Amino acid sequence: MEIVVFYIFAAIVVAAALGVILLRNPVHSALALALVFVCLAAMYVLLNAPFIAAAQVMIYAGAILILFLFVIMLLAPEPESGAGALRFQRAFAALFGGALILELVLVVASAAIPAPAKFGFLPAAPAGDVYAIGKLLFTDFLLPFEITSLLLLVAMVGVIVLAKKKA
Amino acid sequence: MFLDPLLLNIIITLIKTIVMIAALLGAFAYLTLVERWVVARIQSRIGPNRVGPRGLLQPIADAIKMIFKEDFAPAQADKIVYTIAPGIAIGTALLAWAVIPLGPPLMIGDLRIDLQIADINIAVLYLLAIGSLGIYGIVLGGWGSNNKYSLLGALRSTAQLVSYEIPLGLALVGVLMISGTLSLRQMVEQQAGVWNVVWQPLGFIIYFICSVAETNRLPFDLPEAETELVAGYHTEYSSLKFAFFYMSEYVNILTVSAIASCVFLGGYQGPLGIAPGPHWLILKIALIIFVFMWMRGTLPRFRYDQLMNLGWKVLFPLSLANIFVTAVVLLVIGK
Repeated sequence: MEIVVFYIFAAIVVAAALGVILLRNPVHSALALALVFVCLAAMYVLLNAPFIAAAQVMIYAGAILILFLFVIMLLAPEPESGAGALRFQRAFAALFGGALILELVLVVASAAIPAPAKFGFLPAAPAGDVYAIGKLLFTDFLLPFEITSLLLLVAMVGVIVLAKKKA
Repeated sequence: MFLDPLLLNIIITLIKTIVMIAALLGAFAYLTLVERWVVARIQSRIGPNRVGPRGLLQPIADAIKMIFKEDFAPAQADKIVYTIAPGIAIGTALLAWAVIPLGPPLMIGDLRIDLQIADINIAVLYLLAIGSLGIYGIVLGGWGSNNKYSLLGALRSTAQLVSYEIPLGLALVGVLMISGTLSLRQMVEQQAGVWNVVWQPLGFIIYFICSVAETNRLPFDLPEAETELVAGYHTEYSSLKFAFFYMSEYVNILTVSAIASCVFLGGYQGPLGIAPGPHWLILKIALIIFVFMWMRGTLPRFRYDQLMNLGWKVLFPLSLANIFVTAVVLLVIGK
């Protein structure tokens, strides 16, 4: 049952991810990316991590991608024609993309990945994983957590400064 | 039982889902009628009273009219996006109801039937996530129509929904700190004695204002301000596609009212724990929706900058202050 659900969502994720890079219209690409995020969330649910799943949908699909769409719609760029200003980047793209694929193949081939004992739902955490995540964030990962909040503060101040200058 | 438990479970869930969708769409149809009655009363008009006794068959007449209208699409529209947008709007609106607990579990013989489709332990986050997906219906509808008014309406509504989502979520955090659970069922069960609104009056007010903004209702109906934008994001929609947008708006009103009832007003619990059951939840939802309609009949629309000021400079700091005070009080009483 779980494996069937996994393959259905995996197929959609791969198809949608291809759509992100192959579709000509930027709005369609953004929509395909939204589909990727939602289906990834479904996979987190299969991995018994509903909190991560909800956060994935809320933050990536619900906030970040909506802002992408917002900008795309305001700028209303022409659909990509295939030829244009970005042409010289093709050689670089092929080079670095090829290097990345090679690296991934090497890593996966050389790493000893233990076979999963049983695919499917892991035993449910009784208090819910939210409790466990909160506990970890405020003990072991307190410093990275606080540094992240500082980063966000810097970004916010930066935005306000930029917006004030114009007015 | 002679049935496999997994199969039985799937069948029960399917039946619950179908009943829930039918009930929601029925509620939508009659909400439109009630809204027209209430607003007519506020504006000293008579309101619908021609179709059937006291106008009771009006929603059915409206539905038939809607189905037989021409399904028109603008020539320059992005056909795929234009078509899926209403589907996303109504789909996400209905999905939210999967986690709303309607009443205490029913016992039929040995079989326990929860009056809730799925009791997941992150229900509150699920609702926020589904709510944030609902924006897609509006944005895509506005962009896909290839119409200036539609696009402006969609952009306004994106800004409005994203801005008001933040204080809405933060208003719920205060309750989460008190209840210590993200499951709506547990939250409702904890409120058998005292409702959360007693501990979180400010949270409730912030949540209510934000939920009005999230459902695009007056005084926050800027996305479809008819004097400026014709009809906003659904200007180019007709027939059943328009009906889907219309439905999703009313289902969203039902959803935010149901969340307010479950999180702040005790859900299916009666006052002082008297006779818990779905009737209390329905009564509370009806009361909240009446306030929605009352506001529509009496308040003028906000200006766009006023809307943003209210969201970011008033509601957002207030909701943070609410969390801070709640945390300090919880720390002092050592809970």
